[in-house]
Amino acid sequence: MISLQNIERIFQVGDEEVHALRDVSMTATDGDHIAIMGPSGSGKSSLLNILGLLDRPDTGSYELDGVKVSELDEKEQARIRRHKIGFVFQFFHLVPRLTAFDNIALPLMLAGMKQDERQARVTAALAAFGLGNRAQHRPDQLSGGQRQRVAIARATIMQPSVILADEPTGNLDRNSGIEVVEILEELNRQGITLIMVTHDPELGRRAQRQILMVDGRIEREAEG
Amino acid sequence: MQIQDFFRYTFNGIRAQRLRSFLTTLGIAVGIGAVVLLTSLGEGLHRFVLAEFTQFGTNLIAINPGKVTTHGVSGALLSNVRPLTIEDTAILKQLPQILDVVSVVQGNGAIKAGGRQRRATIYGVDASAARVWKFAVAAGRFLPDDPPRSARSFVVLGSKVRQELFGSNQALGMRIRIGGELFRVIGSMESKGQMLGFDLDDAVYIPAAKAMALFNRESLMEIDLLHTAGSSSSVVAEKVRKALQARHGKEDFTITTQEKMLEILGGVLNTLTIAVGALGGISLLVGGVGILTIMSITVNERTGEIGLLRAMGVEQSQILTLFLGEAVLLAAIGGLAGLGLGVGGSWLFSLAVPALPAHISWTYVASAELLAAFVGLLAGVLPARRAARLHPVEALRAE
Repeated sequence: MISLQNIERIFQVGDEEVHALRDVSMTATDGDHIAIMGPSGSGKSSLLNILGLLDRPDTGSYELDGVKVSELDEKEQARIRRHKIGFVFQFFHLVPRLTAFDNIALPLMLAGMKQDERQARVTAALAAFGLGNRAQHRPDQLSGGQRQRVAIARATIMQPSVILADEPTGNLDRNSGIEVVEILEELNRQGITLIMVTHDPELGRRAQRQILMVDGRIEREAEG
Repeated sequence: MQIQDFFRYTFNGIRAQRLRSFLTTLGIAVGIGAVVLLTSLGEGLHRFVLAEFTQFGTNLIAINPGKVTTHGVSGALLSNVRPLTIEDTAILKQLPQILDVVSVVQGNGAIKAGGRQRRATIYGVDASAARVWKFAVAAGRFLPDDPPRSARSFVVLGSKVRQELFGSNQALGMRIRIGGELFRVIGSMESKGQMLGFDLDDAVYIPAAKAMALFNRESLMEIDLLHTAGSSSSVVAEKVRKALQARHGKEDFTITTQEKMLEILGGVLNTLTIAVGALGGISLLVGGVGILTIMSITVNERTGEIGLLRAMGVEQSQILTLFLGEAVLLAAIGGLAGLGLGVGGSWLFSLAVPALPAHISWTYVASAELLAAFVGLLAGVLPARRAARLHPVEALRAE
């Protein structure tokens, strides 16, 4: 359960104040599939950063599963990111020197899970995302679609309740894009809340809720 | 994060940039190598010099006329110094814990035998000299235990003098002339080698009273005492001081114990070792700057990765530890390579100059490795802190 109340976010760019988010309020219940849409600079990514606890709002409150996370310190926010939130980025953000296996295992490793326990979990994830024979390949030896699948496997390996995806198909060809979206939708059907920022209206229409942002405000919301 | 995963992750970062990491570790390796090599040489010199001084034994006390002071007017200027005499030697010999006493007069003179002549050091000593200085007789015997004032004109030759004057001929029983006076050769010494450049074999030994007459002196230049092994040299020195003071009325002599001398010498040599080690430390500093540079570049290049790690819930302190760990690991690997360089270099040096063997002190080696890791830690602090303070959103945007 996500609840944003009257979120404001102002950036100082040179002498100018940029109002990235103005009085944004929204809620999402577990298992929602939400597309955040809008033109460039409308505040989509800023909203996603707030939702992902990568950035703090200037005013307003953010509640996640009943906890006022906007008031937590950096250490506790890191713990929530670790266990509840999975990120999927437009440019994949894989660690180039690590194999697909190690990239997926990274969150488990950083959380302190032992190597033999990781083994089974990562192997299962590789198989589930159709990467069984790519385990020892490094990112530069993988196609775009495969890279994004590795990234999704990594985002879900800690079994988060929310996936935040920022233009997950923006850097993929059409077929790979559809493949990736289908994977994300399948995860959503299994109960993970999926919040996706996208430019692509077609992709947006597949979501159960669409939020249109203009100039830092939520312009309108549509169900469908 | 498990400790082995921590090492795997940081080592992976180092391995990903082979050439760069190699050059950076090389900088540290040269620094540590220099520290190890130079301290090994210093330590080798230390041992060499101490061995030179202890070849006469360690339970020695030397007494010289005149009081050495660090301020005021010297005793010689007041000219009422009572000289050390053969009688002083006899008195000191009565003291408990004193095994042997030697009167010493030393000078240079011409020594003639047959048609040959040689200038050599002439030592005026007692029968006890061979025992106190641990000199071994090669042929014949050392000076006999004659009454000091009426010793017979016997001479014992150092191995070089014997060789130069007599060659392969028989020397024992021959008469030689020292400063115009006749002496009978009753023995020759085994080669003792050099001490700090002085050839101890290019010398002859005659009774102290004869040497005093020869050099026209009325007093001794030194009295050497050998005390029992179990007794403290400072306690013995104090007794000697009291005994001599009773005879002389005041302290117009200087007592130097071998123990004290070695202590001072050791201190000087230690300082020398540390000083040359510090010289090596300068190159280590340069290596540290190399690590600082490379880690700054690494943090720049991996900004996207840092953003990712933050998004995955890694705390700032953990980012700091990861990058510090990488810097320390770089330095430690360089340090190990440097230990190899230094130890190998010392070994080569020992082969090249066997007279002055380098001695590897493992204490210095261990501290050099710790120092390398510490340099890595210091050099890593700034870049790692910058990495930890990056804003995750900014960092993620970097890729």
